[in-house]
Amino acid sequence: MKLQKSTCLALYSVLEAASNPDRQIAAAEIAEKYGVSPHHLAKVLRELGRAGIVESARGVGGGYRFSGNAKRLTLMDVIEIFEDISARSPEEEGEPATDVGSALGRVLSEIDEIARATFSSITIDTMLKLVDQARRPARPATSQPERAPA
Amino acid sequence: MPIFNSDRPGRREAPESSRPTPAAPEPDGVHVRLVQVEDLDRIIAIDTHVTGVEKTDYWYEVFHRYGARSPRQRFFFVAEVGGEIEGYVIGEVRDWEFGSPPCGWVFGITVRPETRLGGVGTALLKTICDAFRRTGVSKVRTLLARDNQLVLSFFRSQGMMAAPFIPLELDLA
Repeated sequence: MKLQKSTCLALYSVLEAASNPDRQIAAAEIAEKYGVSPHHLAKVLRELGRAGIVESARGVGGGYRFSGNAKRLTLMDVIEIFEDISARSPEEEGEPATDVGSALGRVLSEIDEIARATFSSITIDTMLKLVDQARRPARPATSQPERAPA
Repeated sequence: MPIFNSDRPGRREAPESSRPTPAAPEPDGVHVRLVQVEDLDRIIAIDTHVTGVEKTDYWYEVFHRYGARSPRQRFFFVAEVGGEIEGYVIGEVRDWEFGSPPCGWVFGITVRPETRLGGVGTALLKTICDAFRRTGVSKVRTLLARDNQLVLSFFRSQGMMAAPFIPLELDLA
């Protein structure tokens, strides 16, 4: 699964804004942090603004503020604004109309469905917890207790 | 949900110290405790409300298998808010199934829709995870339909991630 560049930029932007919802974050700040084109990012932010996920403020100190519900908004909600990752028929996947193409299409559809279920189950709030976990130093793995098979 | 796997005879019981003790009142007014037979009417009503199917006999069987006098690796808790049962959770520790070392399985968790987003589900999951820990396991798993976005999101919000397993099925018709 590889998301388009715009989708990734949207996810970065939403997570940056949602991590500090009281603060207005400048597009240039996000662009610099992720090493992306400010022009491309501006287009993405406009789309997010139209969807009501961020709101913008003009002028000095202006920028973007998260305006969604982090406990309800899922990764899928953001992704769907920029691309369609729904399961498609073998023909739509570009598979030839053959038995082999049809069988391969079923496998690819299965993968798409799992990806959609995963994106749909992770809210922005949950993502922020994962980001927080990633910031913390990893704890040493604990071993399973020794137990005899039943 | 609830989702149940079949029982397995010959289980080894955990030591007495693993038996859960009733939890202390939660800070947000949610009190989680072991189920009692008197709770079944309310549990059945919540399940019927959520699933649209009344299954009285099924719930008495579940109580028999997972309730207060069940083996020590099985757990059935209810959550009260203001003295009224608002949800329940059921699970057990299973040993060496699917090639896995012993781990806790949450088979069913339900919160009355009108009470959701109030910390009831979180308190229930925390209680059963604590009970699993006391048996000596360090992992908890669950299984649910991939279109069950509501409950999937709940488990995700509690820190659960995809397990290294893939469920498979076959039409036998």
